[in-house]
Amino acid sequence: MARSAPDLTGRPTEIAQRLRIRYAKRGRLRFTSHRDIARAFERALRRAAVPMAYSSGFTAHPRVSWVGAAPTGVASEAEYLEIALAEVRDPEQVRKSLDTALPPGLDVLDCVPAEGASLAERIDAGAWQIRLDGVGQAEAERVVAAFLAAPTAPIEKLTKGGKRTVDVRAAVASMAVEDLENTDKNVSSGGADHVCAILTLVVQQTTPAVRPDDVMAAFRMVAGLEPPVPPEVTRLGQGRLAEDGSIFDPLAPVQESARPVG
Amino acid sequence: MPVESVFPRLEALLPQVRKPVQYVGGELNAQVKDWDSAAVHWALMYPDAYEVGLPNQGLMILYEVLNEQPDVLAERTYSIWPDLEALMREHGVPQFTVDGHRPVAAFDVLGVSFATELGYTNFLVALDLAGIPRRAADRTDEHPIVVAGGHAAFNPEPIAEFIDAAVLGDGEQAVLAITDLVRAHKAEGRAAVLNAIAASGVAYVPSRYEVEYLPDGRIRRVVPVTPDVPHRVAKHTVMDLDEWPYPKQPLVPLAESVHERMSVEIFRGCTRGCRFCQAGMITRPVRERSITGIGEMVERGLQATGYEEVGLLSLSSADHSEIAEVAKGLADRYEGSQTSLSLPSTRVDAFNIDLANELARGGRRSGLTFAPEGGSQRLRQVINKMVSEEDLIRTVSTAYANGWSQVKLYFMVGLPTETDEDVLQIARMAKEVVRTGREVSGRRDIRCTVSIGGFVPKPHTPFQWAAQLSAEDTDRRLRLLKDAIGRDKSIGFRYHDGKPGVVEGLLSRGDRRVGAVIEEVVRHGGRFDGWSEHFSYDRWMAAAEAVGVDVDWYTTRERDVTEVLPWDHLDSGLDKEWLWDDWQDALAETEVDDCRWNPCYDCGVCPTMGTDIQVGPTGKSLLPLSVAATAPV
Repeated sequence: MARSAPDLTGRPTEIAQRLRIRYAKRGRLRFTSHRDIARAFERALRRAAVPMAYSSGFTAHPRVSWVGAAPTGVASEAEYLEIALAEVRDPEQVRKSLDTALPPGLDVLDCVPAEGASLAERIDAGAWQIRLDGVGQAEAERVVAAFLAAPTAPIEKLTKGGKRTVDVRAAVASMAVEDLENTDKNVSSGGADHVCAILTLVVQQTTPAVRPDDVMAAFRMVAGLEPPVPPEVTRLGQGRLAEDGSIFDPLAPVQESARPVG
Repeated sequence: MPVESVFPRLEALLPQVRKPVQYVGGELNAQVKDWDSAAVHWALMYPDAYEVGLPNQGLMILYEVLNEQPDVLAERTYSIWPDLEALMREHGVPQFTVDGHRPVAAFDVLGVSFATELGYTNFLVALDLAGIPRRAADRTDEHPIVVAGGHAAFNPEPIAEFIDAAVLGDGEQAVLAITDLVRAHKAEGRAAVLNAIAASGVAYVPSRYEVEYLPDGRIRRVVPVTPDVPHRVAKHTVMDLDEWPYPKQPLVPLAESVHERMSVEIFRGCTRGCRFCQAGMITRPVRERSITGIGEMVERGLQATGYEEVGLLSLSSADHSEIAEVAKGLADRYEGSQTSLSLPSTRVDAFNIDLANELARGGRRSGLTFAPEGGSQRLRQVINKMVSEEDLIRTVSTAYANGWSQVKLYFMVGLPTETDEDVLQIARMAKEVVRTGREVSGRRDIRCTVSIGGFVPKPHTPFQWAAQLSAEDTDRRLRLLKDAIGRDKSIGFRYHDGKPGVVEGLLSRGDRRVGAVIEEVVRHGGRFDGWSEHFSYDRWMAAAEAVGVDVDWYTTRERDVTEVLPWDHLDSGLDKEWLWDDWQDALAETEVDDCRWNPCYDCGVCPTMGTDIQVGPTGKSLLPLSVAATAPV
């Protein structure tokens, strides 16, 4: 049976405030797809009674816009969206109530009024961490060196428009192996003979986008890397790539004074 | 003894499978209790994919009822798709619950809800994956007590060897009674627990009953093995739904599911008396939730879930004595809040158009669904679907005149006494609906979709004796109908071929000998039989032949009045003589009125079960919610 459209006029709600939000996708919730997350946010916004502005039409939708979601299976510390409210609210209160309404693992980290350039304009690169269980430090260093030394690393990927070739090497701005021996990070949960390497890399936005599994495909191609278990990937940050290779926080009020993240 | 989560081992497999989110749990309103704090541990299974099983109201209700008990823990488990199943077998990861990711074999009780018999193969696969012996006789004190429930449990004979017990009817009080028996006797071992369950009559314990056969293969009798168990096991009936306002905190999944809405059951049972309808027969009498009880559940549920649609559930929702007041009250309350209402099951009558208009206030009027079920007046009298063609045409005229542009009509093919001519009437009716729609609306873009299901005779119905139409004859009638509809672009035609219905028929009216077919099908890879891409008719037929089961004998054979039916020792409250008389009335094309508005016709349920019809009107109404009820940020 049909649904009712509550706004009988079918007119959109007036927008009183736009808020930009950074959230993290952590632990087992990294297995949620973007569609799942979008639905979870819509419901959480209702539970938190955030006074959303709605689009026009018989199937009115709350005004939420998303930028480049991390793939299913990839964790993230830096996912972004913008919401439009019909009434002005304190951003920190919205952050808290939305965080409470979302399940643990979808954690709302920042909420600021939208100003200046759009989110999409403030993001052209992402910082990633790839954790390779069962791959030793020396092996990881060999793979990274081989990758960085390669002039190109073209891999084929399936996109909506069919098979496309993308140069993974060209999209990678930087890549390094974390020195685990000189850090106190606890990575040896798997026992004494458990080896693990952690890579960090900065990838520029391209079309089609280079995603972590494309990087893994490039590793296989240039260095023959076949990790024994699937890698655990986390997006550490998103933003504009600075000249020194760091990434500007897209929620910082003025782009030039932004604090680097990632 | 601590029970460890299998999640760390599962986690490494999830990146390799489709829709991994369905296995991670963490739904809103889910709970994970401390294992050692509980005296009785229940694993509740819906034997189908997560996206189908999660929204199931029955499982959600029992999950909450059990977890409300301080010393009881309940977690959920669903069927694993073949991609993950293969990886779990390879890496030795057992069937797990999605809440605590605990191994299902570690629980005291495994409760499995069978909405349909097509879940039997998935059930056996889950037992295998859990490391629980398929046969109840092979289980030891280390294994859970396996309890079946749901509508299919009204004839659990095909799975009698694979379950320890079956609960008939409403589960709310039954699971608590079983919990008490498990708590009291689990230290003595599973035999003691099952003896206690069998003797109490709270559930049917198949191993405590023996089936004897006649030389011709029919059942001679079913007798208790021990003197302390009842000859017949009766169904459970929850009275006063207002005392059971579950689910109070509906589960909201992260993954997409088949019902993206919050459901509130507005009444249970149905006495319309449609003779094909097992649900209507086994859930009697009608028990309404009050208008105020409905209002409270809707408000509490919306706050707990954030859903934007509320479904008012029942077997025939427009039959609630105060449905107009409920619909208006809810529409008033939630006007402007982006909350919509739906009535999933409604009947054909003009009043329902007013109701539909109320629900769709000012909104989109896309489609209305009606279920005349039979194409001809004669056939509708046989099945006791008391809708005349004039009623239908009047109703759809009103609908089209009110701005609805699409009507969907449900019918069945293969009904008892059906002829080709009855089926061809469906095409004529659809054309008449479109013609009327164009006339009253003055529009050309009027559409009517005809959706056909194959009729499967079900236990505890007047048609339990009927011959099922063969797959070939079903398909032949579907072709005739398709030809009759022809190339008319304004009529849509949706149907399934007759094959799945034959398997459903075998399992619905099967006896204990049919269990071997299920096992054989699973051995050859059968699972997810409710999914057309996984269902294989040939696999079922080959399995039946391999184990020597004659499918026709169970499906297309008409039973006579003297035959002992496999489920005769299971008491739905319906008097077998009344069912037979109603079957004879069907053949005589005689209708029976609804007992809510007419004198009792002695179906037997109320006096046998000690129950009564509970219907309104209460005369109460839904008051506007105070503004404070939805606290702003």
